[in-house]
Amino acid sequence: MSMILLAEQVLNGLQLGIMLFVMAAGLTLVFGVMGLINLAHGSLFMIGAFAAAAVAGATGSFVLALIAALSAAAAVGALVEVVVIRRLYNRDHLDQVLATFALILIFSEGTRWLFGSFPLFLNIPSYLAGPVSLPGGIEYPLYRLTLIAVGLLIALGLFLLISRTRLGIQIRAGENDREMIAALGIDISKLYTIVFAIGAGLAGLAGALVGAIQSVQVGMGEPVLILAFVVIVIGGIGSIKGALIASILVGLTDTLGGVLLPALFKQFMEASAATSAGSSLSSMLIYILMAGVLIVRPTGLFGARA
Amino acid sequence: MTRESLFNIVMMSLLILFPLWAWIADEPFMITLATKAVILALAGVGLNIALGLGGLVSLGHAAFFGIGGYAMGILASHAQSYSPILESPFLIEGTKSMPVIWLVAIISSGLAALAIGVLSLRTTGVYFIMITLAFGQMLFFFSISWPAYGGEDGLPIYVRNGFPGLNTLDPIQFYGICFAILAVVLFFCARLAKSPFGLALNAARQTAERVETVGISPYRLRLAAFTISGMITGLAGALFADLNRFVSPTMFSWQTSGEIMVFVILGGVARLFGPVVGAALFILLEHLLGGLSDYWHIYLGLLLLLIVLFARGGVIGTFAGKGANHD
Amino acid sequence: MTKVILETRGISKSFGALQASKDVSIDLRAGEIHALIGPNGAGKSTLIKQIAGSLAPDAGQVFLNGQDVTALKTAARAKRGLGRTFQISALAMEDTVLQNVTLGALGAGASPFQFWRAALDDQAMRAVAEDALQRVGLQDHASAMTAELSHGQRRQLEVAVALTLKPRAFVMDEPMAGLGTEGSKRLTVFLDGLRAEAPILLVEHDMDAVFALADRISVLVYGEVIATGTVHEIRTNPDVRAAYLGDEE
Repeated sequence: MSMILLAEQVLNGLQLGIMLFVMAAGLTLVFGVMGLINLAHGSLFMIGAFAAAAVAGATGSFVLALIAALSAAAAVGALVEVVVIRRLYNRDHLDQVLATFALILIFSEGTRWLFGSFPLFLNIPSYLAGPVSLPGGIEYPLYRLTLIAVGLLIALGLFLLISRTRLGIQIRAGENDREMIAALGIDISKLYTIVFAIGAGLAGLAGALVGAIQSVQVGMGEPVLILAFVVIVIGGIGSIKGALIASILVGLTDTLGGVLLPALFKQFMEASAATSAGSSLSSMLIYILMAGVLIVRPTGLFGARA
Repeated sequence: MTRESLFNIVMMSLLILFPLWAWIADEPFMITLATKAVILALAGVGLNIALGLGGLVSLGHAAFFGIGGYAMGILASHAQSYSPILESPFLIEGTKSMPVIWLVAIISSGLAALAIGVLSLRTTGVYFIMITLAFGQMLFFFSISWPAYGGEDGLPIYVRNGFPGLNTLDPIQFYGICFAILAVVLFFCARLAKSPFGLALNAARQTAERVETVGISPYRLRLAAFTISGMITGLAGALFADLNRFVSPTMFSWQTSGEIMVFVILGGVARLFGPVVGAALFILLEHLLGGLSDYWHIYLGLLLLLIVLFARGGVIGTFAGKGANHD
Repeated sequence: MTKVILETRGISKSFGALQASKDVSIDLRAGEIHALIGPNGAGKSTLIKQIAGSLAPDAGQVFLNGQDVTALKTAARAKRGLGRTFQISALAMEDTVLQNVTLGALGAGASPFQFWRAALDDQAMRAVAEDALQRVGLQDHASAMTAELSHGQRRQLEVAVALTLKPRAFVMDEPMAGLGTEGSKRLTVFLDGLRAEAPILLVEHDMDAVFALADRISVLVYGEVIATGTVHEIRTNPDVRAAYLGDEE
């Protein structure tokens, strides 16, 4: 295999991983601060993508579409937190799983009702279309490169938010000691709504960004949601640092596995069998990775609490 | 007699009377609906052993449902194409016999549950939910990408498998088979809940520390419960495949895991008949609401949300009050 | 010399900078009640957990009947004859009193891997369970839900579950806590008789009970045993008076 192809796949893996991080960051934050497991996070991803597609269709502006995605998902997130989610903080995980599973049903069918079953399309804006030349003769789509950059900026922003701002101090206090933040006179329910809305907004933004390179349709959120769960479980639930490392690990494993495993199997099998065995195994690879990590470290790479 | 056992008797009578009515009124579709409800109930009864008695929130029971389904699919597809599954080192032929298929489904899903349990039960809480989900997804993607048995498109079986002495193509007879299996399994579960194993498992859910202190390993109890649970859900998978004469990766999907869990919760966790009521209600809603609106999942979602938030005992809990436990 | 049933040798355990157990060596001999006292935070509960097997020591060993059980888990130690009661009741609250005791009978005798016959129909197990309830005076509450028991009754049930195991040694973590005068007196009489069956390592704050019952007392301060001796020796030990009893008088 050529080095150029391999380098492209590494970039693809990086891009997938970074987008997973944007998705997973909200999920892990919500778990870390509120102890909530939220299956409906994928619905917020979908809502962001649909909002972006609708606004881009109406105005033609990609930037406006992204703003719409972020704000629509954050608004829906805040609303859902106030109406439903806050009743679940003191419930066991089973209730949380079921209630948020119910939310998926409502959001998915609601979106289908509003937008129909046909996929929408969100186009990459012209100034980000086409390939760029990278050192070493690699031609790589500018848009995907932009996704990596935007994702890294979001990661940086999150780290600064958590380590430098007042809100970040409150979030960290909430992760460590819930009674403490009540004692400090912080309005917990407001803090929780804000944290949930931030996570939702990030999911919506990720939905819009990814929506431009795939179709925007009902059910697009769940595969990403499950990958994001794999990420936060590998990273250790509640750890942003763990989520970043794990998301890149998962992105690279998934992308490179799909290319390298069939090639590897061809060394000792005949071609068609190698392709099918290789692709079967690579489709399971990240789950094998996750199971492996949990077997060795039952609370993930950077996790403390079960 | 408690209100719950009265409720159970009414439910059991309905499961006999409704299909009989449908048979006499010549409504085969209604019989098929009842069959579907009974089979999904069986899947839920399996999960309820892990979830209700053992407190193990498994979001991966679709794995066992799918393995049961594919056990049927693989055996029957080889039988219908007259090609053996394995020729060397020894010959394994396909079969169209239900009892053999059930046995294979139970054994293979049991072995899978044992293996998944050994690895997953090292974790607790959210991690357990997620690792079971991951194993389910592993099998889902495997079934999609493995081309030998239909891959993404699934695998049709043209004629329903046979049972000695019965015509399984007759809806009421096939219903009878499924109902009998459900009844036998429910009877087993009722015994299990009161047996020493049920007592210890139930205590381990409430206070694992206590169970250890009397010299019993909670891990081994949970592993046994998870395995039995997987076997029952696997058997349901084989029956479900026979009902549809079709198996596909959808059986392995995580939505399937979620739905099996929904049956248990709708009816009432840890209630013997919880999954039965839940699955029947689910099918009823699907039929009624599905007729009214294409978007009936919205209403299902709202109902589920209301039950989780406000009626935690499920339907049985609402009707029969707080359970008198297993005594 | 009387036979040593339960023994710790040089147990140490730290949580970060806090040393919860410092080279603790104590023993429990046949027929005795050995009380473990010390101020709050002295490391009594940490020591009990290491003896019972729910916490692994950093260094040192635990011996039961002369066998090194340090590497064994809680369940295996229970099988070898360690009967423990908890400071905060660890009972199956959704079950009946009889079910809770039967669980003990189950762990002690039959295998829990029986799936068919109802546990409460097993006459042998039931006899063990009912006998234990009788002994602690809970026979009239057998079919009550555990959650409905009073605090004192839960303590009695804790002891009853431990009795079903027919242990070689008891480890009891504050069985008198919250019992009230009358309840404490009754339990004191009961434990007094129990020592002939199996020795008791007793962690207790109720000093009247300790002085009435203990053959020997060990005093734990900051994770360290500062003295072991008879009631008289401990009462007159100047270190103990300074460190512990002093602030009560």
